[in-house]
Amino acid sequence: MKKKKVVQFFGFLLLRVCLFTVLAVLLIILFDIGKKGGGTISWEFLSKPPRRGMTEGGIFPAIFGTFLVTIVTAVLAIPLGMFTAIYLNEYAKQGRMTRLIRLSIRNLSGVPSIVYGLFGVILFVNILKFGTSILSAGLTLGLMTLPWTITAGEEALKTIPNSYREGALALGATKWQSIRTNVLPYAMPGMLTGTVLGLARAAGETAPIMFTGAAFYLPMLPKSLTDQFMALPYHLYIMATQHHDIAKVRPLAYGTALVLIVLVLGLNLTAVIIRYRLRRKRRM
Amino acid sequence: MDLRPKIETLDLDFYYGKKIALKKLNIACHEKRVTAIIGPSGCGKSTFIRTLNRMNDVVAGTRCGGEILLDGKNIHAPDMDVVDLRRRVGMVFQKPNPFPKSIFDNAAYGLRVNGLRNRDRLEEAVEKSLRAAALWDEVKDRLRENAFALSGGQQQRLCIARALAVEPEVMLFDEPCSAIDPIATAKIEELIQRMKKDYTVVIVTHNMQQAARVSDYTAFLMLGELIEFDETNKIFTAPSQKLTEDYITGRFG
Repeated sequence: MKKKKVVQFFGFLLLRVCLFTVLAVLLIILFDIGKKGGGTISWEFLSKPPRRGMTEGGIFPAIFGTFLVTIVTAVLAIPLGMFTAIYLNEYAKQGRMTRLIRLSIRNLSGVPSIVYGLFGVILFVNILKFGTSILSAGLTLGLMTLPWTITAGEEALKTIPNSYREGALALGATKWQSIRTNVLPYAMPGMLTGTVLGLARAAGETAPIMFTGAAFYLPMLPKSLTDQFMALPYHLYIMATQHHDIAKVRPLAYGTALVLIVLVLGLNLTAVIIRYRLRRKRRM
Repeated sequence: MDLRPKIETLDLDFYYGKKIALKKLNIACHEKRVTAIIGPSGCGKSTFIRTLNRMNDVVAGTRCGGEILLDGKNIHAPDMDVVDLRRRVGMVFQKPNPFPKSIFDNAAYGLRVNGLRNRDRLEEAVEKSLRAAALWDEVKDRLRENAFALSGGQQQRLCIARALAVEPEVMLFDEPCSAIDPIATAKIEELIQRMKKDYTVVIVTHNMQQAARVSDYTAFLMLGELIEFDETNKIFTAPSQKLTEDYITGRFG
């Protein structure tokens, strides 16, 4: 009797220690970046381009570039990923083939991002001749996000009870009608959440855009999708490791990191809000 | 009585993969009569009723042999549209399965997927089917509410209303009362009784009293085989098979 309680006490203690370690790491990172970067943040920093070899001025072109490239990513990854998930989960005959496809998709989500970057250079920049551009970089990030979107989409579809599908079919609905009116509306919150999380991850990536379109410094904002662009993660990478006067630009680097983190957290928060609101609207 | 079989099976076999679930079933469900399917768990009752609207098509690895005739026409014929078949042969499932939509949208679902858009006609049909399912008086002031707010018995009657709304010819009930309380069960049995004026009804039940109360004909299945099929009062008073007698007197099951 006594021993059981002791074992339980230490078991829970271990779980708590693990949780607090994780939380502590996260908080230390946030605190450190907040402290060192917070002072840099000003309206000028957010709205102006860098000046004097990036030792002064702001990071607006990088924010703008990240925003544009994320849109391209979303345009590729959201529809393609969702429709693939719908096909795999609702239409495809389940068997060895679909298992193999699923396994491949899961493996793709484990491929290092630099590999996607090189693939993007070959496919989008060279073969399809999109050049180093927003388009190439966005599509590369889109490809990288696809496995996440597909997996999240499938997981969301799996949570919809079969009785919704069968109930609709039994009333003379076609398969597509049953999916469109009785499955997708209820799977949508989960699908969107997974997708936005994937986008947030893509927005913070450096390697896939490094060779496909991100530029060290550009004197003006991109005018079309085939222009090069500046991006927050790449800008941060340069400020932190490649700049000729690293010590001087350190505060700017921390400021950039802070903006990037806030942006990613913002996207994640959006995902949570979307899910919450759709759930409340659709369910009891 | 010389009755026309509305839906009938001829040497119906059914397989899940290699496993045989139904063996050479010959059951004729007469027009405007209630046919009950009884038998111990796992005997193939639900499998049988789900073959009648080809609901088993969606289960991977299943195969059907023999014939199922609806008004004398094979429902597996190439020119038989399965979507149309399911509109003509409605089904109520074991567990009430309302959709997470409003009561109105639930009742109107079948009509909408069949292309009815006119608001007035939808409202009219919804009211008619909810009345037919004896639910109208309980829900008429809350049609906009989510169907999940209803009690289990009300949910099941909503599912019946939803099925009736598309004006089917045959109504299949797959153990419709197994998940609801006795009072709600009585209401549904009463409904089934009334329904046979207009519909051919097939009901699967593991409750023998229910079969005796609501049906005109009873088929007794065991391990996928038809043991006996006759008028209900004959099955329950003078069964011709020893197995049937043992089952209805509660010696196994």
